[in-house]
Amino acid sequence: MRPGKFAYHRAETIDAALELLTNNEDAKVLAGGHSLIPALNLRLAQPEMLIDIGRLENLRGIQANGSLMIGALTTHAQIETSAAVQQYCRALSAAVSKVGDPMVRNRGTIGGNIAHADPASDPPTVLLACDSIIHLQGPDGTRTVPVQDFFLDLFTTDVQPNELVTGIEVPNMSDHKTAYAKLTHPASHYAVVGVCVAVKMDGDTCDHAHVAIGGALPKAMRSPGAEAALAGTTLDDAALNAAAEALMDEIRAEVMGDVYAPEAYRTAMAGVYLKRAIRQALAS
Amino acid sequence: MSTRIFGSGIKRREDPRLITGGAKYTDDMALPGMLHMAMLRSPYAHAHIKHIDTATAQGMEGVVAVYTATDLSLGAVPCAWLVPNSDLKTPAHPPLAADKVRYVGDAVAIVIAEDRYLAQDAADTIHVEYEVLGAVVNPEEATQEGAPQLFDDVPNNIAFRWIASSGDEGVEKAFAEADVVVKDRIVQQRLLPTAMEPRAALAQWNSGTGEMTIWCTSQNPHIHRFILSGMLGLAEHKVRVIAPEVGGGFGSKIPVYADEALAAWASMKLNRPVKWAETRSENYLVTIHGRDHIEHVEMAATSDGTITAIRGTVYAGMGAYLSTAGPGIPTILHGLMYCGPYTIPHARCESIGVFTTTTPTDAYRGAGRPEAVFLMERLIDQVARKLNMDPVELRRKNLIPPFEDGYTIPLGLTYDSGNYEVALDKALAMIGYADFRKEQAEARKQGRYLGIGVTTYCEICGLGPSQVAGATGFQGGLWESTIIRVTPTGKVHAMIGASPHGQGEETTFAQLISDEIGIPVEDIEILHGDTGNTPMGWGTYGSRTTPVAGAALVLATRKIKEKARAMAAHLLEAAVEDIDYEDGKFFVKGSPDKFKTIQEATLMATLAWNMPEGMDPGMEASQFYDPPNFVYPFGTHIAIVEIEADTGIVHLKRYVAVDDCGPQINPVIVAGQIHGGIVQGVGQALFEGVVYDEHGQLLTGSMMDYAVPRAEAFPEFELDHTVTPSPHHPVGLKGVGETGTIASTPTVYNAVIDALQPFGIKTMEMPLTAARVWEAMQRRNGSANGSTNGVHEGS
Repeated sequence: MRPGKFAYHRAETIDAALELLTNNEDAKVLAGGHSLIPALNLRLAQPEMLIDIGRLENLRGIQANGSLMIGALTTHAQIETSAAVQQYCRALSAAVSKVGDPMVRNRGTIGGNIAHADPASDPPTVLLACDSIIHLQGPDGTRTVPVQDFFLDLFTTDVQPNELVTGIEVPNMSDHKTAYAKLTHPASHYAVVGVCVAVKMDGDTCDHAHVAIGGALPKAMRSPGAEAALAGTTLDDAALNAAAEALMDEIRAEVMGDVYAPEAYRTAMAGVYLKRAIRQALAS
Repeated sequence: MSTRIFGSGIKRREDPRLITGGAKYTDDMALPGMLHMAMLRSPYAHAHIKHIDTATAQGMEGVVAVYTATDLSLGAVPCAWLVPNSDLKTPAHPPLAADKVRYVGDAVAIVIAEDRYLAQDAADTIHVEYEVLGAVVNPEEATQEGAPQLFDDVPNNIAFRWIASSGDEGVEKAFAEADVVVKDRIVQQRLLPTAMEPRAALAQWNSGTGEMTIWCTSQNPHIHRFILSGMLGLAEHKVRVIAPEVGGGFGSKIPVYADEALAAWASMKLNRPVKWAETRSENYLVTIHGRDHIEHVEMAATSDGTITAIRGTVYAGMGAYLSTAGPGIPTILHGLMYCGPYTIPHARCESIGVFTTTTPTDAYRGAGRPEAVFLMERLIDQVARKLNMDPVELRRKNLIPPFEDGYTIPLGLTYDSGNYEVALDKALAMIGYADFRKEQAEARKQGRYLGIGVTTYCEICGLGPSQVAGATGFQGGLWESTIIRVTPTGKVHAMIGASPHGQGEETTFAQLISDEIGIPVEDIEILHGDTGNTPMGWGTYGSRTTPVAGAALVLATRKIKEKARAMAAHLLEAAVEDIDYEDGKFFVKGSPDKFKTIQEATLMATLAWNMPEGMDPGMEASQFYDPPNFVYPFGTHIAIVEIEADTGIVHLKRYVAVDDCGPQINPVIVAGQIHGGIVQGVGQALFEGVVYDEHGQLLTGSMMDYAVPRAEAFPEFELDHTVTPSPHHPVGLKGVGETGTIASTPTVYNAVIDALQPFGIKTMEMPLTAARVWEAMQRRNGSANGSTNGVHEGS
């Protein structure tokens, strides 16, 4: 593999990284490198500079204190094996356990993942379903963005050129039943469709449900139709079918097709995996 | 007596270095002053080259040279399988495209620079003005009126038209009189060989001695030397080709490509070592692809299930140029095997080789035989369905009865030995065939879709008698040779011309030698891959290394043994006829306590202080071996699948394989070959398929898009074997490198179609992806969405 020529700087502090970012228009931030390095190797990306933030230890780690605060440099493997994540949001544990392969999970980071914003990636779908908040830092200080406003389009986010993703805040979902169901692409291991649900039960009745889908559209989306179809039901087959229909109706016009999964198939699988996700959540 | 080393599942001696990273591949090599080559490749499938501007690249710091076609003094890339009686057209394949490019990836210019990144940077700056022409990627469409023409002197893009027939009249009559005829259109989709190591070459020209050394990823370094010396205009004895560790080939490292020749030529031109190593993207784009048939096939049978005839017309995509062995694959290695293991009296195959604006095709694991077995096993299942017969019983009825020494089929081949029904029964017992049919019926009632697929196959390998090679237009021999040298202390160097690259012959061949003369395996080194220190051989492919090179090795070892016996007799002061041998020891009959070991005999022969009269010193033997026939391994594979009704995902639940490759030198290595083969064949059935768009752009150009199967997709394989020795091999060995791939594609395919019977699906295009299976089920369920996506409903 042959990337083009680039300068390399390792940032020792967040401020140093931000300064490099501000002063170098054509710089890319390197974290785990599992999206960026392949893009460099294929010469799809040819930045003049890489700013390696991989050793900013204060961006790494998981704190559970009312909500989960996951540092941007936390790897998928660290999230997957975190007891706190398992307790707060099982769907997130499940989703990161399905990212790529062990090598990707050991090196790839959650911050890099969402900043890259691959539409077929797993974590964004869960973050959306769980109303997570993205923490950013720029030269003028920090800000937060609700995840609903974070993903703008295919590989496009609200991160400004001089900003870094510093962390992801995931609410405590332990009073919800959450699950992530994924139809895995046999080559890339990305999601053909990935559906995350978080349902709040009141006895046998669903008080409310959050439904998000990834893989099918240029960015992960919530499904208001499916959520409405599930709320107030006992999540019986009829409700699940109605939710699946609502989800399929919402995505049908925009759904992406490819060699492996044509539009009609992807649309139908969104419904199938929604139902699977709900059944998994209820069984959890 | 100790446990016999032949047949013992000792661990592969190759593995420690491979597992620990100690192996040294071509791209691991570095030489002082080494330069790097990058290729500029065509982004268009078919275009005239109007102008090439290399000025920017030439001027870049670190760039040593930029060459285009007009700079070269290098021969064309030859095709080496000139199939006779086929009106074969062999348009020149220039190493760099001169006036026209014919596939995406066709090389247009090379850049030589101080490092590989600079070389690529410079290649990116070369501006080529193209006049884009029409592309054609489908071999059947390429023969139609109005299709884009790749070569002016190849009308309708037809490279050759070859026919194998048992007699056309008989075939016609059989079809006319048949009670039942089934027809199918089979697409053998293109596949990417995906060897773990991409191709690479490092060339070093020594202007002082006039010698060229080329390290490269080759399955057959002697063929590379043969062809490269011609392309480079160097005498063969001045060219040394070394295949160091080679990380798999599956056929893709048989051909001689332009790339290694260009590196060598540049090294001569610049008088510095030049290395080229392809990226995975390049590997998928320009290293040969496999299969690519569109077949119209049919089978005739009587109402009692006797198959009376089979025939087919094959449109075989050759890609943009004829690769080294390309024309031989869909002809000799395919059409002649149309009868399979069955007593089919009439057969005809017409194979039409077609140029398309795509990557050239050539041998890919199985090479022609997987396609033959697939169409046979597909048609048999369809006949069975039409006759409402059990597909296993239909097979059984038509299997060739057991034979130990020769069975000649209507297409002229003489199979060496076979006992097909025994393997079938063994596999049926393992899978529990009768019970499965009950389970399947129960499951269907619950809306679960189980299916079973059975393949009884035989295949031709151990290529092969050189006379046949010549008669079929192969521009080489197919014998092997070996030199066995025993050192003074009784250690062995066995040099072979074949070139294993993952198959494990460093282990099995040491076992073969050890079994013959009792020298322990750890004292035996198998040397291969270097034309500078190995005798001539034609390489490792076509499951031929064990049947051919292995035979040479056994015979050479027996020469050593006889010399050692004579030496021992001399030392024991006895007549040679009175000397017995056991476990590495020679002794006078009846006196096993007084013996000379093979090592002692070797030492004394090497010291040569006291030789028997007329005996030369030393302990060395050489042997050429030209096999009198091919070998024909066979077996039965059975798979059970379950299809998820709501997603179409195919789950492989069980896989039983009973293979017969004759006696097994090392059952663990045999199992490994079969395991890998099954996986690759199932890859074709369920996962893999090259997709070009209508402009000839490769859509499956990376591992993100092209699905090579992973371990998670497979159950534990259930293997067993029968043993039917080859009558003509010194120890009865047959090849086993390709059987898994040959058998597993139709096995799993038939299982899926069997599972889909409630939906009336007769045939579908491979790979049987979840989406295709789901669509097939949807169409039957009445919610069709308009797309056919390769699904054809049955009647």
